[in-house]
Amino acid sequence: MSAPSLTPSKAGHSRRHTPRETPRTTSGGSFAKSLRRNLTAHGFLIGAVLCFALFSWYPMVREFFLAFQKTEGGEVTWVGLDNLATVFNDPAFWQAWRNTLLFTLLALAFGFAVPFVVAIVINEFHHGKGYLRLLVYLPVMLPPVASVLLFKYLYDPGYGLLNELLGFLGLPEQQWLQDADLSMLSVVLASTWMNMGGAALIYLAALQGIPGELYEAAELDGAGLFRKIWHVTIPQTRLILSLMLLMQVIATMQVFVEPFLLTGGAGPEGSTTTVVYLIYQYAFNFNDYGAAAALGLLLLVLLAGFSAAYVKLSRAEDE
Amino acid sequence: MSTRTLISPAQLARPRGKVLYWTVFTLVVGGFTLTFLGPLYWLISSGFKDAQEVIRTPPTLVPETFEPGNYQQAWDVMDLAELLGNTLYYAFGALAFQLVLDVAAAYSLSKLRPMFGKAILGMMLATLMIPATVLVVPQYLTVLDVPIVERNLLNTPWAIWLPSVTNAFNIFLLKRFFDSIPQELLDAASMDGASPMRILWSIVLPVSRPILGVVSIFAVVGVWKDFLWPLLTLPDPAKQTLNVGIYSLSNGVPVNVLIAALTIASLPTLLIFLIFQRNIMSGLTAGGLKG
Repeated sequence: MSAPSLTPSKAGHSRRHTPRETPRTTSGGSFAKSLRRNLTAHGFLIGAVLCFALFSWYPMVREFFLAFQKTEGGEVTWVGLDNLATVFNDPAFWQAWRNTLLFTLLALAFGFAVPFVVAIVINEFHHGKGYLRLLVYLPVMLPPVASVLLFKYLYDPGYGLLNELLGFLGLPEQQWLQDADLSMLSVVLASTWMNMGGAALIYLAALQGIPGELYEAAELDGAGLFRKIWHVTIPQTRLILSLMLLMQVIATMQVFVEPFLLTGGAGPEGSTTTVVYLIYQYAFNFNDYGAAAALGLLLLVLLAGFSAAYVKLSRAEDE
Repeated sequence: MSTRTLISPAQLARPRGKVLYWTVFTLVVGGFTLTFLGPLYWLISSGFKDAQEVIRTPPTLVPETFEPGNYQQAWDVMDLAELLGNTLYYAFGALAFQLVLDVAAAYSLSKLRPMFGKAILGMMLATLMIPATVLVVPQYLTVLDVPIVERNLLNTPWAIWLPSVTNAFNIFLLKRFFDSIPQELLDAASMDGASPMRILWSIVLPVSRPILGVVSIFAVVGVWKDFLWPLLTLPDPAKQTLNVGIYSLSNGVPVNVLIAALTIASLPTLLIFLIFQRNIMSGLTAGGLKG
């Protein structure tokens, strides 16, 4: 990771404008001084802290309480594990977890491997690197409604370009989003197109940091292309690779927008119902905040391990 | 830095290597252009086609019918001016809030070192570990009835602006940058009687322009791309963002008009990207990984 470069010399100019006045802290003891210093410092902090308190810390605590409460007509009652039981007994529960897991596995197969291969290939070129980088990152900048509806047209069984392409290759046409067996794969493909740019650029930056001598040494040992990738490229980028893996597991387990916009959330026979879509349904279609919170808590517990591993690894990377 | 990569220069210099290099290069450039630019080209060009031509198979590469009126119609029928205005208002408001409050917080944590500063930073960073979607429900309930002041922020820009400040990643990025500004410089200014505010304004901010640029771009693009949160907190059609507005109107308009609307909604972020791509790329790699 490149450290930010600084040119502090410019800052010297500001001294000219500074009015000369005697430091105000000369009177009073060190206690008053430290109090004043702390008041100023907390004054600068207070705005952000209030926002965090209202929209992050308080909701965190509230999520936990919600999971064990029932709210009906403004009346809040403690129901213990009832919400969890509701969630567990919902026939959609296991299907949602299966779908989410399938999405995560497919998304990793594409979204994890493809950007890495793309980065390796781009890194080998001596021309057009800027153009290729730009292309890969382009979809990341599109608003999700635009890219998702775009894919809806590409998948259209009537006039969609994807079926045109299959026809051109002599393959049978598919009902991409309407076929329960294909719908999740279709969502993954769209999601990969939309999101792979960020990962590819991070890998590219990591690849540029590999010392060339390592490849030379490997060649002297008679290593071919794939052995060089296996014994040099991958070990040298191991930390970034594992961080990205953890991050993508955390992100893909929370998938919502893509299936929501592509298939309306549930999809054919519930084949694209994800855990987060189920949370959304409990909270905003059934007004059952307790069940939504209970399911959210399950997701949180499952992902906590990945988050902890991520924090531990990124500390290691910082040092 | 060495430019030596996987394939050795000697291998490349051989005739066979050269042929292979240019073959792969052409294939990759062609393939990428088709995959990433192709759908975008289809989007923009289809916006000019008439209703029959859009759904014709095989699709026409160059529009045979030319109806720029689709864009005009999308603009009028879907009230894009209003949606665009709303989105700009939310995005730049969020940018202002993040620049003022997050920069102040990062400056305080980095240079003023208040009591409990480390603990506060730790609690901010801890929010990165909680899956964002888990917090959507309690956050929504908070917006419905903000504790203590007891206000309902639904359908107000505050519902977008205030939560956007809780970007621990931004604060972390800014703090790391501020940490690298030499303390002696600030001490000297302080000796001359400059207040902390003055030091922030005249010394810290001018040298932090690169990181402020990166944070600003991501702040604007973040609001522009967000979908679920504005969908929940801005149910009034007159208050919606482009994303949500187009989504809710998407079933009632002809395909070619909708495609034109999607093109219009995509243009601002695409332009931001083309203009600031250098800053965005450096921000992605300097910031390392997004939590």
